Amino acid sequence: MNNLLVLPIIIPIITAVLLVFLRSHIMLQRIISLVTMLFLSLISYVLLELIQIEGILRLDFSGWLPPFGILFVADSFSLLLVLTASIVTTICLIYAFSTIGNRHEHMFFYPFVLFLIAGVNGSFLTGDIFNLFVCFEVMLLASYVLVALGGERIQLRESLKYVLINVVASWMFLVALAYLYGTLKTLNMAHIAMRVSEVGQDPMLTTVAILFLVVFSLKAGLLLFFWLPGSYSVPPTAVQALFAALLTKVGIYALIRLFTLMFPLNQEVTHTIIGVMAGLTIIAGCMGALSGRDVYTIATYNVIIGVGFILIGLAVGTETAITGAIYYLIHDMIAKALLFLLIGMMIYLTGETVVKKISGLIRNYPLFGWIFFIVMLALAGIPPLSGFVGKVLIGQGAIEEGSYVLLGIGFGSSIIVLYSLLRIFLASFFGETTISFEDRKPIPKGATMSFILLAISIVYIGVGAEAISVYVKDAARTLINPSIYIDAILKG
Amino acid sequence: MKINDVILRTVVKGVVFIILTLGVYLFFSGHNAPGGGFIGGLVLGSGIVLLYITYDLETVHKKMPFDFKKVAAFGVLLATGSAIGSLYFDAPFLSQTDAYFNIPILGEKHLTTVTIFEAGVALTVIGTLVTIILSISEDE
Repeated sequence: MNNLLVLPIIIPIITAVLLVFLRSHIMLQRIISLVTMLFLSLISYVLLELIQIEGILRLDFSGWLPPFGILFVADSFSLLLVLTASIVTTICLIYAFSTIGNRHEHMFFYPFVLFLIAGVNGSFLTGDIFNLFVCFEVMLLASYVLVALGGERIQLRESLKYVLINVVASWMFLVALAYLYGTLKTLNMAHIAMRVSEVGQDPMLTTVAILFLVVFSLKAGLLLFFWLPGSYSVPPTAVQALFAALLTKVGIYALIRLFTLMFPLNQEVTHTIIGVMAGLTIIAGCMGALSGRDVYTIATYNVIIGVGFILIGLAVGTETAITGAIYYLIHDMIAKALLFLLIGMMIYLTGETVVKKISGLIRNYPLFGWIFFIVMLALAGIPPLSGFVGKVLIGQGAIEEGSYVLLGIGFGSSIIVLYSLLRIFLASFFGETTISFEDRKPIPKGATMSFILLAISIVYIGVGAEAISVYVKDAARTLINPSIYIDAILKG
Repeated sequence: MKINDVILRTVVKGVVFIILTLGVYLFFSGHNAPGGGFIGGLVLGSGIVLLYITYDLETVHKKMPFDFKKVAAFGVLLATGSAIGSLYFDAPFLSQTDAYFNIPILGEKHLTTVTIFEAGVALTVIGTLVTIILSISEDE
């Protein structure tokens, strides 16, 4: 029992509710939400360190022992993601302070961001698959509001699509849960894993696993991403960055958990399907990124390429590849947040979304331009930035397993990513500008600060890959050997 | 056009009492019999909505000057507060406790902390239900 574990979900909820009462005190809302997020980052770091000392931690709610009660489980994988999510949210909040506008702040923007992070953290931490569904819903309900908040025509159109897709996906999630409970009579993840390994993964269970794969693919944007470009390009920039950084990643987390812990036995079927889906996702994402004329399209299709690339790691499934996938997941959360913030700022500064109509930004905003350059290199995977380690390890895993097709697609996509972003960089940042240095629109201080903080994180993960490798290796080891997880829950 | 709703108003005056009583009954019976915060909250909320439908917004609001968004928020606060209270006693999150007390006049009563949690749930349900109905009806 360790009550610290529940804090990453309960603190944002309580703070969010308190902020509802402080609706008119916007300054106070900003301070409280920022302090909350900083505190959450600190707690998740403390928990991460604690796991290195004590092993996997768990908290049985109101003392009901597993597999009977609901519980939260913290291993290095979950905590790494909780920590990254908290840091990214903190930085996105700093960006939001100076850009989101009074109207949003007055309509409970901060409470909903906190609800979102509560759902995200809950999904990462829960050890019960029905509770995972609940946490997903908490996150999705907050995201519905954040997509629609602002009430512009296009927002309402896209949010309607977004809500419908997610309601259908959630319904399928429930159906899959019902099948799972019908076959295995348990919902505790560790207990499911134990029973699956006892009875073997027969075709029935593989079917259930594939149903879950469809559900989480919809949420993660793996192949079934048709809803993603539209709904990710309509909300305000800070929200876009949060979505790009967090929402698809929760789906990816669920997929990794599902196919390493619960259904790892029938890999010829499940992992092959994941591999094919990941490859197709990357190809489709590359086509979208190449064909896009406006910055939003290019950026959202880059999210899709990232999803495909991480899941190559899962499809390959060796310890090296999983380590790479975790590194790349962390990198992708930070880099995609920064990419969306930068692109939102480009549109704020110029009022244009089409790449060719923007030009010469770097002359007026040198720092802004070079940070874009850094994130471009990081996403392409150029050392010593954050994308490099993940890409190399996933590639190494793919070679070990002989998955040369996936390897080729994955590394080919790096070039497309570089090309698509380089196109923005050359067209919009280089060249002549029509606006003189004196007449330029200033970048808000908070926004600059958030860019710098995220850029520092990218460099840190790249250069200091060794420093976080302790945690990542522990996470990968637990994922590859599900018995560590199962024993910690059922025999502890 | 003003419709003649004398019958509705007269009936509702009596019926609302029955509904609210049933709501409170369901709320308290939730311990060992069907019922509880969610169901009790739904019934109480539907009673309030019935009042809003029969009488106009202003009349009801004069007697019940609550912002139902805040009622819901207060409910969540109460529920999470009772859940997090167990952290103070170094028990696992969400732990509940109960005991028997001898109260003058009422006799021996079974008091539980889970009632506080349930009250939070009930308030959340009432607040959310009424807020949804009111926001739909405002949109005319």
